[in-house]
Formats: sequence, structure tokens, C-alpha cells
Amino acid sequence: MALLEVRDVTRKFGELVANDRVSFTVDAGTIVGLIGPNGAGKTTLFNCVSGLYPVTAGRIFFDGAEITGLPSYRIARMGAVRTFQVVRPLKDMTVFDNVLVGAFMHGAGGAQARRTAESCLRTCGLIEFADRPAGELPIGVKKRLELARALATRPKLLMLDEVMAGLTSTEVKMALELIRNIRKEGVTLLIVEHIMEAIMPIADKVVVLDGGIKLAEGPPDQISHDERVITAYLGAKFSQRLQAKRGERTNA
Amino acid sequence: MNHNMLKRKDLFWLALVALMALVPAVSAITANSFLMHVLILILLYACMAQAWNIIGGYGGQTSFGHSVFFGIGAYGAGMAVVTFGLSPWPGILIGMLAAAVVAVLISYPCFKLSGHYFAIATFAVVEIFNRMFMVWYWVGGALGLDYPMVEEGLKNLMWYDSKTGYYYCALVLFVLIFGIVRFLEGHRFGYYLRAVREGQETAESLGVNSTAVKLAAMALSAALAGLCGAFFVQYNLRVDPGMVMSLDMSMKFVLVTILGGAGTLVGPLLGAAVLIPLQEYTRALWGGLGGGVDLIIFGFLIIVIIIRQPAGITGIVRDIAKRFRRRPADEKGGASLGTA
Repeated sequence: MALLEVRDVTRKFGELVANDRVSFTVDAGTIVGLIGPNGAGKTTLFNCVSGLYPVTAGRIFFDGAEITGLPSYRIARMGAVRTFQVVRPLKDMTVFDNVLVGAFMHGAGGAQARRTAESCLRTCGLIEFADRPAGELPIGVKKRLELARALATRPKLLMLDEVMAGLTSTEVKMALELIRNIRKEGVTLLIVEHIMEAIMPIADKVVVLDGGIKLAEGPPDQISHDERVITAYLGAKFSQRLQAKRGERTNA
Repeated sequence: MNHNMLKRKDLFWLALVALMALVPAVSAITANSFLMHVLILILLYACMAQAWNIIGGYGGQTSFGHSVFFGIGAYGAGMAVVTFGLSPWPGILIGMLAAAVVAVLISYPCFKLSGHYFAIATFAVVEIFNRMFMVWYWVGGALGLDYPMVEEGLKNLMWYDSKTGYYYCALVLFVLIFGIVRFLEGHRFGYYLRAVREGQETAESLGVNSTAVKLAAMALSAALAGLCGAFFVQYNLRVDPGMVMSLDMSMKFVLVTILGGAGTLVGPLLGAAVLIPLQEYTRALWGGLGGGVDLIIFGFLIIVIIIRQPAGITGIVRDIAKRFRRRPADEKGGASLGTA
């Protein structure tokens, strides 16, 4: 059974339909990429799943239970934990204390929570920043802090909202390596990503959103050849040109 | 759990408490009744500020309603003694409990408001309670409650001749309230509270029930403010609505904490140690000049401190410590950038 099931989720802001009857599933132990151009409704969908926004219609199931309409802290406690695209460090707290807040989630005592926090800091390469106030970090480090903090809650499903945006290519490589390691530890991942190239090599499945509608869903190599997806990303003109090229190739 | 065990900082606090416990042994101090009065007030206001600090500093919810909880605690003790002729102790407990319940009832709707709106709503609450107690006969109305002459001692929490008894009571109060906050600082609840202050949505995304955390902090903060109020009434031997439930009193909770450094353990003590002598001595020295000259000077000094360092006296102390630590490095570099 799927770990996460999104069923016909619609979210409106007034007249604007940000998500229109979106459905997909995330199987346990996999990495699922949620991609789409700017304004496709990826973050909105994320906010619905994590309980930050109520859905206008539709239902969401996690780990065998319905989570539609639950407050976000309860969804987090069930094991579906997210990061934020616009990083939200707890500014006046140190990096260590930020991660410690996450580590306290499952009723862990102080000593155990501190061990968990420390190991998450090591995993994310943050140990050297442990005593720094989180508000003073450079952006790349803040992104890793988002990840470390979510990881410290020992999630079943980790939902990453554009953790790679704004990073240098070396940092992206490091992030991808980190994500692979997280999966190895049995964590399921749902990753929103704007950069298609970053997500394709690591995802088991990709869901494409455009204009609030699910455009396609499937394995990465299938998605990267899907014409609707190419059109959505590159525009109709490029898509036609690409099609023409392919046509020539098949004719030749 | 070694993080929560004694650290060097805690040794500083223990030494400080030991030192304060020895103060009444110095007869030069006990002989000076006004000095004893100032010392007691410093301890009391440090406790009040620390109680406020739980929700206002660590929790980041600026409450101007704490004089209400302070007042409820004061009336709890006052009514036990004056109305029912009992020892103040049962009244203190009931007062604390009532303060916590009222705090939760008030805050639950007010926490739906954020930032400044929360602060404004708590302002209104003070006025409501002030008027209500003014016209409420059962609690003494506008005239308030005047203590009868009863036997002095710990049972009645009352002393007539010397202030030493009150001083030790204030010290116990200080150890209790500062101890509670020190304990919270190192535990999950304290971390959650700070996380809610720094970002409610972020905290919730990490499994923190922010409403429950804020309500619990408010209840604890109010109960301790009530306890301070009970001490206040035992010290003054009378209470009326204007003495305790006023915006003036509410401002003291906020000012002392912010001036000392909100969200830090030492802040409320520093704030009280600077503000209270300032308040009492400016009043003693210039109160006779009329026209509130003492209050003008008092207000002026607050403005100066806040402009110099928004983090309060704690921030000023930290800056000075930093400068001392940096100095050797600067000298090595040979370049002195500072204005000599």
C-alpha cells in the first residue's frame, strides 16, 4: 500500500485554482519528484499535504490513516515532515538547538534527543556550525539546516521543498548524495524541485504539475520524453522544433 | 543528561544566592530600613519579570495583562486574611490557580491574534479587571482590603519590626521562580517555547503544538505572577485595584524584563537591579521636587539604555565582554580601529 496517497486534491485561493483535482501516490521506500514550472502549484500542494493549508476538496491519506484537515503538528508527529522552500531558521537559536527541537518530537528525553541532533548535524555536514546562531548562516548552510532539522524528527516521509534551488553545482551534488543516503536508511522522500536535471537521476517516479493540473506521472526517462511535459517546460515553439527534429531522425 | 547538570553558569547563580542569603547578617544593611526595602523590591521585581519572561521573553508573546494575574494572586492572599481570617497560605494557592485559569481563558481567544494585536488585546483586559474589582463589593471594591493586626511570623507571612523575614521570603521566591525557568531552559518545553517564538509554522512542522505550548507557558507565567502578587500584598499589608491591576503595574513586568534582556535567565535580575534602585532613589531624592521629576529622570534613563542596546542590559554586558576578549587580538594586529 502507498505510504502517501493524494486523492483529487483541489485548493483554491478565491477564484484562483492552485491545485485542480490532483491525485498521486508515493510508495514506501521510494523517491518521488514533484516537478513543474514556476506557479504550477507544487508548493501549494505541499502545504496541503503537510497541513499548512486546508484543502478545498479531496482527501489525503498517510500511513493508512486519513490526514485531511489535521493540524500540521499532528501530521508531523505521524511521520510526514517537511522543509520550507523559503528557509525558516529559528534565527535566535543556535544550529544545534534548531535541530534539537526536531529531535524532541517522539518524546525523546534530553540525552537521547541530543545524540539524535548531533548525528543529524554530522550527516548534513553542519557540525562545525553547531554553536552558531541560525540566522547568521549563508543560504547553502541554511538549506542544509532545514534538512537536518526535519531529519532529526526521524520521519517516515520526508518532504523537501526545493532544497537544491539557489545552491552551487558542487552543493547540488552534495545534496543529491545526502538524499540518496537518507533513502538508504529507509526514509521515503517526496521532493519538489524546479530544476529537472537535479531530480531526474535520483527519482523513482516523477509527478509533473502545470497550471495546477497533474500533467504526467511516471518513471523519469518516460517523463523526460513526454511531449506535454516538454511543452510545459520549454514552450510550444521549442516543443514543435524538437518534434520536427525527432521526425527527421525517424524518417532518415 | 549532563547538559542539564550543574554548569559553570549554575555555580555563579548558587554563589549569588549564597551571597544574598548572607546579606541580613551584615547589621549595617539591616539597620538601613530603606536599603532593605530596595533589596526586597529588587528581588520581587526580578521575580515578577522572570514570571513574565516565560511567556513574554521565551515565548515571544508580549502580554500587558500580567498585572491582572498579579492582582488575582494579591487578592487571593488578601481575602484569605482579611475576609476569611485565615492564614494567607490557602489564599496564595487558590490565587495562583485562579490566575492560571483566568490567563488561559483570556489567552485562548487572544492567541488567535498575532504580534501587536495580541499585546493590544491584553491591554484591554487590564482595564476590564480594574473596573470589575473597583465595583465588586465582595472583594472590597475601590477601598480595597486592609490587613488586621495578626501575630507575625511565617504562618501569617507577616513581620512588623524588621524586614529580614520579608527579605528571606523574597529570596525563596527568587530561588523558586529562577529555578523553574532555569529548569525549563534545558528541557523540551523550553526549546519548544523558543521555537514557537522564532517561527510558529516552523515549530508546527516539527511536531510542536504551538497553541498548547503557549497556553501552558501562559498558565505557568500567570500562576507565578500571582505568587508574586501574594508576596506584594503581604508586604504592603493592603491591596486595592489601583495598586495591583493597572497598566502601570503591567508596564513594570514588561519594562524590567526588556530592559534587562528578554528571553534570558539573567535579564530580569539585571533589569530589576538597575531599574528598582533607580526608581526608588530618584523618588527619594527628587520626588519632593514635585511635578514628577523623578519619573522624568527615570523615563529618560530607560530611553538611553534602549537606544544604546535593544537587547537590554544583558546585551550591553555581552558587548563589553566581547570587547575585552577581542582586545588582545586587535593589539597583535597592530591596528586600532576604535576611537581611543
